[in-house]
Parts: sequence; structure tokens; C-alpha cells
Amino acid sequence: MKNNRRLLATPYFFWAAAFIIIPLGMVFYYGLTDKSGALSFSNISAIASPENWKALMLSLLLSLISTLICLLLAYPLALILCNLHVNQSSFIVLIFILPMWMNFLLRTLAWQTLLEKTGVINSILKFLHLPVMDIINTPYAIILGMVYNFLPFMVLPLFNVLSKIDRNVVNAARDLGANSFQTFVKIIFPLSLPGVISGITMVFVPALTTFVISDLLGGSKILLIGNVIEQEFKQASNWHAGSGLSLVLMIFIIISMIITEKYDKDGGVIS
Amino acid sequence: MSRKLIELQNITKSFGRDVVLDDLNLYIRENEFITLLGPSGCGKTTTLRIIGGFESPDSGSVIFDGINITELAPNKRQLNTVFQKYALFSHMSVADNIAFGLKIKNKSNDYIQDKIKYALKLVNLDGYENRTPDSLSGGQQQRIAIARAIVNEPKVLLLDEPLGALDLKLRQDMQYELIRLKNELGITFIYVTHDQEEALTMSDTIVVMNQGYIQQIGTPEDIYNEPENAFVADFIGDSNIIASTMIEDRLVEILGARFECVDTGFGINKPVDAVIRPEDIDLVKPSEGTIQGVVSHIIFKGVHYEMEVMANGHEWLVHSTDMFPVGTKVGIHVDPFDIQIMHKPESEDEEAVGVEE
Repeated sequence: MKNNRRLLATPYFFWAAAFIIIPLGMVFYYGLTDKSGALSFSNISAIASPENWKALMLSLLLSLISTLICLLLAYPLALILCNLHVNQSSFIVLIFILPMWMNFLLRTLAWQTLLEKTGVINSILKFLHLPVMDIINTPYAIILGMVYNFLPFMVLPLFNVLSKIDRNVVNAARDLGANSFQTFVKIIFPLSLPGVISGITMVFVPALTTFVISDLLGGSKILLIGNVIEQEFKQASNWHAGSGLSLVLMIFIIISMIITEKYDKDGGVIS
Repeated sequence: MSRKLIELQNITKSFGRDVVLDDLNLYIRENEFITLLGPSGCGKTTTLRIIGGFESPDSGSVIFDGINITELAPNKRQLNTVFQKYALFSHMSVADNIAFGLKIKNKSNDYIQDKIKYALKLVNLDGYENRTPDSLSGGQQQRIAIARAIVNEPKVLLLDEPLGALDLKLRQDMQYELIRLKNELGITFIYVTHDQEEALTMSDTIVVMNQGYIQQIGTPEDIYNEPENAFVADFIGDSNIIASTMIEDRLVEILGARFECVDTGFGINKPVDAVIRPEDIDLVKPSEGTIQGVVSHIIFKGVHYEMEVMANGHEWLVHSTDMFPVGTKVGIHVDPFDIQIMHKPESEDEEAVGVEE
């Protein structure tokens, strides 16, 4: 019986080996060797070069800002959704998920068209004699693109965790004398922390590694770490350098996950 | 009698097309243990939530200590609630749960620590300060929920089926605990349950509700011994409800046989319902009974035997400590004061209509 069950897992084992473990091993191999195949840390230390370091810092900054904006937008929305009746809320959730069914590239390209100097938004602004927006090819456009694309990944975990909070727990806080604000700070937010953490992770990690959004909305002027890695692979064909930088990025992602995880535990543990 | 503390006046509440409460009037006296009793969907929990402030009535008003609090937010009301399934704050320790209301009110730390100690002692859980709610059993969580409510010294404690999730033995223990607590604290308890035994055991006053209407208000003895209509008689304990004719004052004809009773004022030859509790029926020799019948079923229930006796075309439910085997010919005798006469409802509507005191 037990052996049979293990047998059933073999396809997944091969899947994991072929598409996760072996590629990861290859990234490690390329990242830690030079072109001659000798062990080298030069690909890793390449992050210290001024351009690469600047790209990494800019990536961290923009991802942090985007994650924060997503959290600030998504939390009230998730709260509102939870207070609606089930049927209505599932409809509104659908509206939010609907853009996700469209191709990611297409959505970002659409923003490019909307934001261009002579694009749709500016034409309308001009028609209304309002000052035009000049944000295409700036970090603001990249943040906008990130927030737009990743917002659903913040809304859904928050909605999930908030809708599981027992109404009577909230009522109990009110019953014990807490006003709406105190109830939120002391009860609702702490109970929703797991959703906040997974939302942050699900927005921050893809935002940190994206190159498509910065490519399309940032023009060629703004390089994020994702763009640097992409260029190493595609234009410079230097797999060693690209893998080395990927490993550095991985370290940053792991650090960010450890920080959020630790915060989650602190929030959940009794003082 | 003590003064009225809470008054519900003409409360109506509906959810969508569902009328849950229809023109409900009720008052609750100070230091009273009052139970709202009824089947699920009778409006008892909605009534409690309106008193607690978690629902607002469509019309009517809630008067607390002479002041209209209908629109007052729950956190401004001088009462606390023990919720169904406890609703403890799972991210806080037992001590922080209990301290929650006191911290909101900015009480001093010493005061809060004293109160936590006192409340835990009161619910027999000394030393549980640093446990998490998840590590406690259902009965312990329930006690913490009660402790969390009473440290705020409310004038009224609302309890929404607080024992529903506990097993039978624990439930009985908690019933005694609640009676003890009520006596020690000297505050008003408003208790909601669908369990008639719970209601009879603990209450000073029982309010029987059905379909949004109050059916009867009275002491446990009143409700059990003198149900005012068939619903109450049927809901509280087992009973034989038999369509009968009131011949004259103190004489009723049940299934063709005449029984003496103590009820008066129903008129002459009027159709009525007679209620006879199964334990009030005496099985005697056929010649000594008012009606003769044959035992058709018998079940041993522990304390007593539950028997069905076929007599004059009706299955009489009888509880007796004496055993009569199936097939025994018996006589049925009922003492006059054990027969309760009720008006026959003329329509289903009337059956559900509120009974004023």
C-alpha cells in the first residue's frame, strides 16, 4: 500500500528533477564558474559594479514601493469585499481577477499606449485643457505597471484571510468596548497578518525580478536587475554572468522571505 | 419584584422578506436570569443581538435603564456578550483576552492584573494566564469567554447558546457554574437556548418564542405545568395534547370520557385542547380508571418506563416507574389538577400570535 502510493509520486519526482532541480543546479554551475569552466566568484562579485549595484538598488526600491502601494490599495478593498454578501463579492472578485486572464504582455503594452506622450490619456487631458502627464519612461510608469499587474496577487490572499475571520470575534471586540478603529488595529489586522505576508511575498518577488514591465514602460533608460540579467543572457550571451547575478537576486529574495516570515511569527506570538 | 432594566418595545426585524421578529414586546428585570427559548429560527438570537447592538431593529425601541439605546453602538452599551463558539481572540493569551476590555478603558495595570486573577478564580481556571485559547478545551474556552465578559462589570450579561458546543456532562456542570456565577455577581443574565432542559434548570423567567412571536412568559414551573398553548406544551417536555370538549366549568370530556379538572371560564360545550403530561397519568386497574386501554409499547428509559397505551382511539404517552407488559389491560386515571385546558387556536396565525402578560 505504502509502496504503491510512493509509485504514484514518481511522475512528480521526474517533473521536479527535470524542471526544478536540474535547472537550479545549472544556474549554480554557471554562476560559480568562468568561461573556461574553472571555479570563480567573479560572476557573483559583478554585482558590486556601479551599474549592476544601481540596478539592484533601484529594483529593490521600486518593488518595495509597489508592494506598499498594492497593500494600501488592496487592504481596504478586501475589507469591503468581505463585508458584502457572498454573491456580490464573488462578482467583484471576478472583476478583479478578469484582467489576469489577459496576457501579461498585452496588458503592459496597453499601458504603454495609454501613457505615451501622445497617447490616449494625454490626448484626453489635452482636450480638457489639463496639464499633460509625462511619466512614460520614468520609474513612476514602472511602479504603475507593477501595481496594476500584481494588485490581484495582493487582494486575493487578503480577501481569503479576512473572510475567514469569525464575525463574532469582531463583534466581541466591539462588545468589549473597542471602537471600529481599535477593533481594526487590535483584532482584524493582527488576525490578517498571514494574508498580508503572503500578499507581500506574492507581489514583492515577481516585482523584484520583472524585466518586461521596466522594458516596456521604462524605455531603455531605466535598467532594473531583471533587465541586466536578461541582457547578459540574450544580448551578451554570457550565461555565467547572468547566472551569477541571478544567484545574488535569489539571496535577496530569500532574505526578504526570512524577514517577512519572522515578522509574521512575532505578530502571531504572545508578547 | 425588582425594577425593569431593559424594555423592548414593538421590535420588528426582517431579513429580506423574512420577518424574524414581529412587534415584539418584552421587559427584563434587574438581577433576573431570563431565558429566551425556542426552536432555531424563532428569533431568539436576533432578539439578543438587538439588545447587544449587533443588529438594529427595523422599528421599535430598546430601553436600557430608562434611556433609549436603539441606535447606540455596541461598544457604548453597559452589557457584555458571551458568544456562541466563544469568539476568543486566538492571537492573544488568555490574560490578554480577559484584559482586552479593561485595556480599552485605560484601567491601571495593577487593576487589570487583579481583575484577571479574580476572573480566572471565579471560573475555576487559576494559573491559565499565559495559555493560548487554542490550547484549551471547549469548556475551558467557554469559561474564558465568560471571564472576559464579566471583568468589565456589565449590568447585563448576554449569553448566546454558550453551552451548545459542549458535551452533555460538561453542559450540566456549566449550568451549575452559571447559576453560581449569577448569584455571586448579582447581575442580569439574558440567556438564549433551544434546550428546554437548560432553560428549566437555570432560569428565573422563561420566554418561549416561535416564529418571531412570544408564546408564553413565566417561571419554569408555570411554563411546564401550565402551558398556554399547544406549541409551548409540545416544545417543553413530552405531553399528550388531545382535542376535547369543555362540558362546563371543572368538567372536560376527553375522547368520550368525562374527567374532572380545575379550569374554569371556557364556557359550556366549547372545543378545547387538553394537555396531560405523561408522568401525570396513573395506570390503575381497569375498573378504577376513567378510561380503559391496552399497553401497546414499552421502553425502559432508566429512571422510568415510557409506555404507550391505546385507549379510546388515542395513543396515550405514559411515564411510570411501574412496569406494565405489552398487552396488559389498564385503566387511566388523571388527577383534576394535572389536566391543563387550553383554548383551541382558530387558525395557524393565531397559534403564533404574541401572548401579552
